[in-house]
Parts: sequence; C-alpha cells; structure tokens
Amino acid sequence: MNSEQFNRMMLGAGSGTVAGADSGILPNLSRRGFIKVASGAAGGLVLGLSMGAPGEAQAQSAGPPPRPFAPGAFVRIAPDGKITLISKNPEIGQGIKTGFGVILAEELDASWSDVTVEQAEVNRAVYGSQIAGGSMSIPRAWDELRYAGAGARAMLVAAAANQWGVPASDLTTSESRVIHAASGRTASYGSLATAAAALPVPDIGSIRLKTRKEYKLIGKRFTGVDNAALVRGQPLFALDVQLPGMKYASIAKCPSVGGKAKSFNAEEIKKLPGILDAFIVEGTPPVTDVMKTGVLPGVAIIGKSTWAVFSARKALKIEWDTRTASKDSWTDFVKQAKALSSNAQGEVVVKTKGDVDKALSPDNTDTKIKTVEAFYQFGFVSHAQLEPQNTVAWFKDGSVELWAPMQLPDPAVVAAAADVPADRVKLNQMRVGGGFGRRLMNDFVCEAAYLSRRVEGPVQVVWTREDDMRHDAYRVGGFMGYRAGLDTQGKLSAFDAHMVSFKDTASGKVSKGGGISPNEFPADYVDDYRASQSLMPLSTPTVWWRAPGACTMAWVQQSFLHEVAVAAGRDHVEFLLELFGRGAGKGTPPAGGLDAARAIGVIKLAAEKAGWNKPLPKGHHHGIAFYFSHLGHIAEVAEVSVDASKKVTVHRVTVAADVGPVINLSAAENQCEGSVVDAIGTMTLEVTIEDGAAQQTNFDRYPLPRMAISPQVDVHFVQSEHSPTGLGEPVFPPVVPAICNAIYAATGHRIRTLPVTQEGFRLG
Amino acid sequence: MLRLHVNGKDRQIDDVADDTPLLWVLRDELNLVGTKFGCGIAQCGACTVHLDGQPVRSCQIPVSAVSGLKITTVEGLAKGEQLSTLQQAWIDHDVAQCGYCQSGQLMSATALLAATPDPTDAQIDSAMAGNICRCGTYGRIKKAIKAAAQSGKGQAGKERA
Repeated sequence: MNSEQFNRMMLGAGSGTVAGADSGILPNLSRRGFIKVASGAAGGLVLGLSMGAPGEAQAQSAGPPPRPFAPGAFVRIAPDGKITLISKNPEIGQGIKTGFGVILAEELDASWSDVTVEQAEVNRAVYGSQIAGGSMSIPRAWDELRYAGAGARAMLVAAAANQWGVPASDLTTSESRVIHAASGRTASYGSLATAAAALPVPDIGSIRLKTRKEYKLIGKRFTGVDNAALVRGQPLFALDVQLPGMKYASIAKCPSVGGKAKSFNAEEIKKLPGILDAFIVEGTPPVTDVMKTGVLPGVAIIGKSTWAVFSARKALKIEWDTRTASKDSWTDFVKQAKALSSNAQGEVVVKTKGDVDKALSPDNTDTKIKTVEAFYQFGFVSHAQLEPQNTVAWFKDGSVELWAPMQLPDPAVVAAAADVPADRVKLNQMRVGGGFGRRLMNDFVCEAAYLSRRVEGPVQVVWTREDDMRHDAYRVGGFMGYRAGLDTQGKLSAFDAHMVSFKDTASGKVSKGGGISPNEFPADYVDDYRASQSLMPLSTPTVWWRAPGACTMAWVQQSFLHEVAVAAGRDHVEFLLELFGRGAGKGTPPAGGLDAARAIGVIKLAAEKAGWNKPLPKGHHHGIAFYFSHLGHIAEVAEVSVDASKKVTVHRVTVAADVGPVINLSAAENQCEGSVVDAIGTMTLEVTIEDGAAQQTNFDRYPLPRMAISPQVDVHFVQSEHSPTGLGEPVFPPVVPAICNAIYAATGHRIRTLPVTQEGFRLG
Repeated sequence: MLRLHVNGKDRQIDDVADDTPLLWVLRDELNLVGTKFGCGIAQCGACTVHLDGQPVRSCQIPVSAVSGLKITTVEGLAKGEQLSTLQQAWIDHDVAQCGYCQSGQLMSATALLAATPDPTDAQIDSAMAGNICRCGTYGRIKKAIKAAAQSGKGQAGKERA
C-alpha cells in the first residue's frame, strides 16, 4: 500500500447522510471537521483519520455528550459498545459485505456479536473505485482493511494505557475489550471510544498486524450479515425502493441492437389506463466503450404502476428505423470463422517463440512424432442475473439521486445522461440481485436518471426479462483452432493457438473477454509456441461475464490438452504434473501470474481427494482440469456418467483451490458450489444472434440450471501463506473442461462445441 | 375497490385493473416487496406466494382471481420476531448469495414441508424445480430444507400461516 492509498483509506466520509445519525451513534458527523495527520519530514506514510473535531460536540450542547470514535471510513465505535464496520464495495452475492466485516473485526479484535456491517456510500474521494469486478475486492482491500482495523485497535489500546497509567505494550485485547493482565483490569471498546477519538493517530509503521496464528475470526464460517433481512423479505434491493409520488417507467428498445424508434401509436398508448405519458427517446450519442453506454433509443412509457406500463408495452406499435441497427448473424459468424481458421496463423500474432510452423511441419521428423489438431466453438451467453435491470431515480433542484444495483457506480456516465454535473449525482449502492459482470455497465441507471429529469420527479425504471436478454452485453462467443506437437517421449513440444474472435465495430478493439493473452498457458512451458488471432467485426454489445476470457479459454485449452494427453497415451494428471513441473522451481513466478508450484499443489490435491484412478461406481468417469485466473489456482475433478441417450449426469465435482487464506469459509464454499452449478448450466445455454437480435429472450428458451442438476461439490482449500485473493470467478473456468474430459472418458466423444446441446448432449 | 386477505390481514386497494398480476399488487400497491419479479412468465419462481397454502407464481395470477383466498408472502412466514424453522435453517446454512430468489425459494420450501414433512431428495428436487437460483445455491437450499424437516419434524408446516 502506498501513502496515497493509505491516506484515502483513512479519510472519513465527507458528505451525505450517515446512517445512525439520528440514533446518536454518530451525531452530526457531516458537520464536523476532519483531522488529517500528515507524515513527518522523514517521508513516512501519511495517515489520515476522520473524527469529530475536538470541542465541537461540547459547543453544541450543555454537557459533553458521548462522542463517537470514528477512525476513518471503515470503523465506528459507539459509547454503548456497538461497532459499525463499513463495507465499501458492492454486494452482488459474492459475500463481500460479510467478508470485509470479518477482516476489519479481526484486526480490531472485536467480538463478532458486537458488529453491524453497513454498506458505504458511493464516494470515490474516500474509497477510490468501489467496484465488484475481477474478483479483486479481497486482494485490493486486504491491507487497507487490516490497517484500518488494527489502527483503530491501537488507538483504543492507547486510550486504556492513558487511563490506567500503564504502558500500551502491557495491554492486550480480546472480544471488544482492552485487558491489563497484570492488574486484572479490563475496559470495553465502547467505554474507551470517546477517549480514543481524541488521541493522535498512530503512524502506520507502528501498527502491528496479526499473524495468521493469532486469527480468531478469519477462516471460520459466518452466515451473511444480510441473511436475517433476506429471509424476512425486507427491502434490500433497488427494485424494492419506493418513494412518495414515484412513477413507473419502461423503455421499449429495438430488438435489433442500435435501431431507433421512428414513430409509434402515441395517442392510443397515452389513453390506456394508468398511463401518464409516452414519448420517443433519441438516446444518448453512441459510444465506443460499451462500459460507458448511456441511454439507448426507444419509446418510453410512464405510468402509475409497473403493470400499467408493462401492459401498455404490449400495445405498442413502433416503426423502427433499422438503418443504424446491427445485422449480426451467428450463423454467418460460424461460416466466417471456419474459413478464417483454415489458416494456421491468424491475422495478428500475439506471441511467437521458437518456430512453431517448422516444429509442426509434416516434414519435421527430427523430434516430433505426432501432431494433434482440433477446432473449438462456443456461443454467446447472457448474464441473466435474476433481478432485472432497474433503478429508482429522483431528479430535484438540479440534482439527481439514484438507487441502483451497480457493480461499478459511475457518476460521470449517469451525469451525462441526466445532463447535470457529476457532483450533482448521488448514487446509492443497493444489494445487487446478481451481477456476473452485467452491472459493471450503467445503462439502466442512465435511463432512470434521464427519465426522472424528463418527468421531474421520482421514477422507477424496470426492464422486462425480454428487455434484459435482448439488451444484454453478452459473453462473447468465439472459436479456437489448435495444433500441438508431441516429441518422441510423448511430451508436449510445440503449441499453436489461432483464436477466431471478434472486435467491436465501433471501436475496432478486441471484444471484451474475446482476446488471447501473450502469456496464455502453455506459452512459458514449451519451446515452440504461437498465439494468434483473427477478429470479425461485431456490432452486438459484449461485456465482462464471470471470469471473462478465462471462462471460455479454460474450456478450449484444458479440453485440448486432454486430447494431447490422450494422443500421447498418458494419464491426464501425470501429463499435467509433468507439464507444470517444467515451470516449478525455475525462478520467481511472475507477480500476479501463474505459479507452477501452486498449480501442481491443487492438481495433486484435487486428484487425491477425488480418488483419481481409484474405482468409481459403475458407469462413472472422471475428468480433470486446471486453470489459473483472477489470481486463483484451481483444479477440479468431475465425476460424470452419460447414458445411451447422451444424458449427462454430473455426480460430483471436487474443487481444489489455492486462493491464499480463506476469510469466511462458508461464503468461500458457497462461491465454489455456485460456480460449479453456474458452469454446468452454462454448458447447455446460448444466445444466438440473428439480424442483430437475440433469439432467446426469456427463461423458457434459455433454461437456467435447476436444483436437480446440482451435483455434490467437495471443496478443499490450500490455505497457503500467499495473500488472500477472490473467489467469485476463478472456480468457474475449470468446471466445463473437467466435465467434457469426463464425458470423453465415458463415451470417447470429444465435445468441441458449446453448448453441448449442439452435439446432442443434455443434462439430467 | 378490491379486498385481499394478506398475511392474516384484510387489505383494501383502490383503482387497480382486474388483470393486474397479484405480484404487482403486492409490490406496487401493498409495498410487500419481498415477493420478487424475475421473468414474468412463471419460469423462475421468484414471485412465489401461497394461496390457501398452495405455492403459486404470483406473476401469473390476476388479482381478480384471489379474493376470498388467504395470501401468504415471505413477509408472513415469521410470527413477529420469531422466524420459522425454515427461515432459521436458511440463516444457519448461510444459503443466500445474492439473495434475490430466496423469498420464492422459501415459499416453495415452506409449502413442501407443510405437505411432506420429511421429504426425500427427489421430492425436494421436484417441489423446488420451479425456482431458479442464478447463483446456484441449490445444495444449501436442500440442506436447509432437510435440517428444518429434521429439527421440526413437521413443525415447519404447522408454522405456515
């Protein structure tokens, strides 16, 4: 952590209302000043703290009321002992609100039963980027939160030391109390909070973090902090927000992406019951970055209830201007991709080393024995988060306040849509009913901001499921042509990957999640290697989708490596261990990159726990895959059977994960279990695009997985000494190749097309 | 004027079209927003409520069809502060991820245990087949249902409104 990051972390909430203000927990924080203690001339880290300015509270009332101890934006301790911890990032089901609370509480040495976790306000000045993406919440916040908790603890200890006239070094803490063992004295954090708040802020260099052996909370199981509210159906989501006088709105958009409304039956629509207005929306100007998408064009309907608006939607007769609309066709893309892949080398070489063409040439009889070739194809899929896109917006007096399910709150984009300055936008982070990457975009938030300004009052925008699936920014489909060479010992010696993928028509850039990295495995593990790509222009919007890139790359790569192992006549686990063994112990692994030793560790663990090469029930077969993504090293073994009708049953998936120390074991296991179910379901799903329009627009034709296909999931964590990393994504990628490798073991059939339904397989 | 019997209380609603699905009356008119909108075509189960104890997809039930029936929503599962056995099992098993589908899951599971106090795996799969969890918490849902069945031995059913 650098000084800027630390400073930002410790700076307090500077604006907006603070929950608890009325209850006396945090009186009038927003009206108080902030103390910032800058670093000394030695150039040490800057430590800032927010707290009420001394004396101000007294000035406001006759006697000195209890003052809250509020070191920074993450911890508040009230005189009554209540501890409020603040979670800065969006909660999208990854469990971060609980996880962040556990990290803070651990270093604070708080009793978990004293703790309440609150969602932070959106405030980039205080928190920096508040994003749920890339499984980066834990690794990015790990140091920040530990220092915030430990810094607060140090101040409480200092307060007790002053009170008792003993050295701070003689004091310990436990369960929200400071303890002086020599005299038997103890004091609760609540009783020390007011005194601690008046103390100087400790230098970051003086703060000692706990060692892993000292952890009391981290690594245990915690139920989610919102679970009690969830099971009661309390309003936690943006869709649940209701404001006085709120209107309801929906925008009908052209099924072919990019089309505009020319005209519609406005008079007829406006006369329908419960309808207040209807008008054409021109939309904000098209952008080249899908993440900055504003308001899409269409026809807006404003009404007194959601149902009035949805009913009126059905009565709409819109004439679309499709001159600017997408004409994309998946059928055409498949044909083009097959033609492009006839060249071994793609249009752009991403990485080359050695001489892969020579190594794989039929004339090369020096070392090469065998060449393996395959072509893989995978379709587009939808995010299909269960809570449809929605936002409540309230435009008033030149400002707009919004309540939305966001993974990446972006005031600038929203401000542009509402035509107000960015500092006149207040975004409220609501619990997000599923993200999977889709809510990194703010297009639905923009719609509400725009419409609220238009109707000059509070409005709720709700997308129908059909809107959601037609105007998703999908997981990009793609194609991969592979060639591999085996040497005389049956070892992988040459590897050639030609990815046929897409580039955005508007920007010319590789579609998000559609590229191949120069370091893609096994680049560093063979002498002759090439990665290249050919890109087809794509008008259909695509955006990050759970483990973007990795979620499909793992399937093609780990399936193909199994093909190579089979061609070599080698056991797949032995093949993988030998391949990764080439990299283990050879220098320091790249920071944030694949670590061969950790890969080997999880491959061995998964194989051992699953009983690889041990007898299985009749008709059951194993497949294994490994993939490194989002800083997680994950190996998985799938136990599968396939019946004569090609019905695939996944009985068990064994997950071996090295993501460093686990914070909340329950949430971590939940992410693994959910990733497995998500991946199994996605194997059978696709959104086909024809004439620029999605052909699957609801769950009847996009059948998400249901309970009966959910397998047993056994999760094993390697609790390594590395810093902890995220789990929302990295468990997904190895699932599908592990299953497809097991299907091969069961049937001898290699699945090279996703969804597997294209090859006649189904789940059961 | 429409009269509904919801969570043990009589509620009156003015000015609502007969064809309005119960879902939207609950959410927009009665501010019972625990019942969720997911697909609008009875595929996802997020909108599941009970009509006289039977689980139904409220997005498909016109409000004109429910007068005289006892409507129970997720807000009606607890008795005041006292959670139902199933709700407590949901917390104990840390079932939820995003949580959006969980109201509907709880309603289907509550109805299952009322009719079948000690369900088999197949009975659970069948009763819960109408409820999608996009986060894939099915394994935990199943464990929570079994735990509630074990601890309550039918009690969960009796708790139903």
